[in-house]
Formats: sequence, structure tokens, C-alpha cells
Amino acid sequence: MENQSNGHTDVRQMLTGKESAALGRRMFMRYLGVTAAAGVALSACQNEIVDPTAAARSAREGFRTIDFGDVGNNDVTVLNYAYALEQLEAAFYTQVIATPYSGMTDMERRILTDIRDHEIIHRDLFKAAIGSAAIPGLTPDFSSINFSNRAAVLGAARLFENIGVSAYNGAGQFIMSADYLTLAGKIVSVEARHASIISTLIDPQSRSFAGDDVIFPSTGLEEIRVPVEVLALVTPYIKETLNGMNVRRRA
Amino acid sequence: MNLQNILNEIEKVDADVYERLDHVTRRHVFQGWMKKAFLGTAPLAFSAVLNKAYAQNNVVAEVLNFALTLEYLEAEFYNRSLAAGIIPAMARPYYEQIAKHENAHVDLLKGALGSAAVMKPNFDFTAKGTFGDVFTNVQTNYTVAQAFEDTGVRAYKGQAARLLVSPEVLTIALQIHSVEARHAARIRYLRGEKGWITLANGAPQGVYAGDEALSQAGIDLVQLTGLSATAVSEAFDEPLTREAVLAIVTPFFA
Repeated sequence: MENQSNGHTDVRQMLTGKESAALGRRMFMRYLGVTAAAGVALSACQNEIVDPTAAARSAREGFRTIDFGDVGNNDVTVLNYAYALEQLEAAFYTQVIATPYSGMTDMERRILTDIRDHEIIHRDLFKAAIGSAAIPGLTPDFSSINFSNRAAVLGAARLFENIGVSAYNGAGQFIMSADYLTLAGKIVSVEARHASIISTLIDPQSRSFAGDDVIFPSTGLEEIRVPVEVLALVTPYIKETLNGMNVRRRA
Repeated sequence: MNLQNILNEIEKVDADVYERLDHVTRRHVFQGWMKKAFLGTAPLAFSAVLNKAYAQNNVVAEVLNFALTLEYLEAEFYNRSLAAGIIPAMARPYYEQIAKHENAHVDLLKGALGSAAVMKPNFDFTAKGTFGDVFTNVQTNYTVAQAFEDTGVRAYKGQAARLLVSPEVLTIALQIHSVEARHAARIRYLRGEKGWITLANGAPQGVYAGDEALSQAGIDLVQLTGLSATAVSEAFDEPLTREAVLAIVTPFFA
């Protein structure tokens, strides 16, 4: 797993301008230490179900908490999970096309416009299919992304696509209906195509379209993420707080 | 133990926690902890998982042998293409990476199926003369590569629902499926095509038949979104039945 993480370091640092992973790790341990001492980590462990009031307080100022319930408890929650990710992607590419980075070539604009349209179609499909049970529209927070910079935009695009593919790959096991499983399959391969092409734009004559950072070299299997991992990764880009932590795989 | 709760609690203490914990850190933390906690299917343990799963269910073994057959086809195609010396230096990294994955898929599936694994068939990559210069003309070679990859994507997709009986095996199949899609997009781009399939455009026709769907889950998406049929068709890869896949690949069996 180490090499997978390392493969993203550049992109992530480019996005955040943050310091080294080692420093980050130390800081995280420090936070764990601080919070454990304060006793809050213990209380968190006892909350098997997220306390809505506690969650609401942790949401960013003025933004609500959206609770998916148990992702995997029924297919609607999985669809809402996918809907959230597609909302994020659609909003991102809409911004990319609305405020193109300097030096965007015609070909890049065509590719990114195609991808924008695909993500809008995915988003609108989920919204329509879920109907009244759909989560509300999310408020993106792309303040950490410099949309005028090609490397920042394409790096973020690759991050979102890789997250998306790993999220769908990890969610398949929670889907109960054959029709919805197949529908998710129809979408995830298009996300993987996006990931491949975006990686190619970043690093043209390389293996990064299906690089060892996202595909286990020894097995040829792509990485997967469960909802708790995915929601943590997308949290910085969404103003609402997303709770979908109670994963239950169908028997 | 609910990790998000912990982070929520930390955030109460320090509102900037998400800013301070950079992405790399979170990735380490979540992958280290949660992968182990949630996923019993580390690749190394795959054989054991599969042995149990398919021993209980013939459908799983059947699907995996179908997949193995396609992986044999792809692996040998890339191995022979690289050996033929026709792939230009510019494209060799792609071919080598794809070959690595296809060979790994063969090993993975073969190892998991054990004695139940089908034997590798003999192949005729000219498809009885249709692609006579497949190992001498690189453009023909790319055409066949794209056909195999786009077929592979649709083939795995078509089998996914049959694997509902085994979540572990389904996950593995999905992890292969998305890799095939990455390959497909790269080969298409190499040929000057879009990375995604527009309507049912492409050759051989059987590979793309039915990919022009404009409705999903009973919803007409051109009507819903106001976007073009081109965009709607590109946004989804349609599955192929086992029979349709076999019709596509049969000419490549010697």
C-alpha cells in the first residue's frame, strides 16, 4: 500500500501546498494524543450511530449535515452515495469549463467538456432515479484548487476520478439489486476511462493511465475504497458534512 | 469504533483539523486502518476466498473461467505484439503496462480456479485472415487491441450481476473491470479516438453493438438533461452477454 500512497503525494501536495506526509502523520498522532487526553476519542467510540446534534455542530458554519444512514443497508443509500460523488464531479468540471486554466488547448477543452457532460448526466440520472429520497444538492468547496493553473486542475481531476473509480469498485458489494449493480458498472468504467485520459494529459508518455499507484502491480487489480474512506477524502471539497459510516455488507 | 465520529470530535476541539491533516496523512490513516478492518479480500488471500466461493457455487467458477479465457486472449495478444517488434518506442510503455496487468489477471484467475481452470486455447489473432497483418502493421494491431479492451469492459460488466452470490468475487471482478476500461481508453487515445465510446461507433461492429443506449433505469436522459445523444451514450458503457462476447472472440480461436 505504501507505493500507492506515494503515487499521489505530488498531486496532493500540489492541491494543498501542505508539508510532507511524515510531518502530517506526526501531527495526526499529536491530535489523537490531544483528543484522547481530553476524553473525546473515547466518547466517539461509543457513538455507534452518529449523534445528529454532535454531527451538526461539526458541520461548517451554516451548512447542514447529511446522513446517508447505513450505506449498504438498502440500495437507496448506495445510490445517494453515488449521487453525492457525481454532484462533486459535475460541479468541479462545470467550474473547470467556466473558468478555463491558462493555456487550455482545444483538445483539452473538448475532453474536459465531454467529461463535464458525462458527470452531469450521471448526477441527473441519480437524482431522478432516487426521487424524493435523494439527498439535497451539495455545496462544493473548491477553494483549495487554483482553477487558473493547469497542473492544479488536472491533478484535482485525476484525484476525483481515482476516488470515484475506487468508490464504485468498493460499493458494488453493498448493492442488492442486479439492475443497480449493472447500472453502477456502466458508470464506473466510464469514470475509469476519464481517469485514464486525465492521467495521460498530465503525463503523456507514461504508464500513469493505469499506474502502479492505483493498480496493484502483482495482481492487476485496481484499488477499492469503502464509504468511510471515500467520504473522508471528499470532505475537504464539500461544505456539508457527510455521514455514511455504518457499513454493512449484504450477507 | 467510528472514525468519522472521532474526526468530528477532533473538529470540535480544532476547527481546522481537516486543513491540518493533509491528504497524504488521511490516506495513510484510512488505508492502514480501514482496509484491514473492512476488507477481507487482500489480493494475497484471494485464492483462499475464491476456493471457498466457487466450491459452493458453479456459477462463480463458470464466470471466472469465462473471464480467464478473455484474459488468456488479451495476455497472449500483448505478449506476442511486444515480441513482434512492431510497437514503436512511444507506445511500448502502454503495451508493457497493459501486458503486465493481463498476465497478472491470468495468474490470479488461474491460481484461484486451481484444477477447475480452463486450459489456454490456441489463438489466431488474424481472426481467420480478417486482421492478416496484425503482427506486422501496428495500426491493425491497435485496432485489435482496442476491440479486445472494449469487449473486455463490456464482458465483465455483463457478468457482474451473476456474482451477486459472492460479494468477495464480485469485488475482484470489479477491480479487473475498471483496469480494462483504463486500458481501453488509453488505446483509443493512442489511435486518435475519444477515450469513451460514442453511440455504437467502432469496429468490429459486434464490439459496439447496443452501446448507443440513451435511457438508463427507464429514464430518457436526453430528455432529462437536454444534453446530446452523443454525450448520453458516452456516459455509460453497456454490458454484453456471454453469447455476444463469444461471438466476437470466437474468430480469434484457432
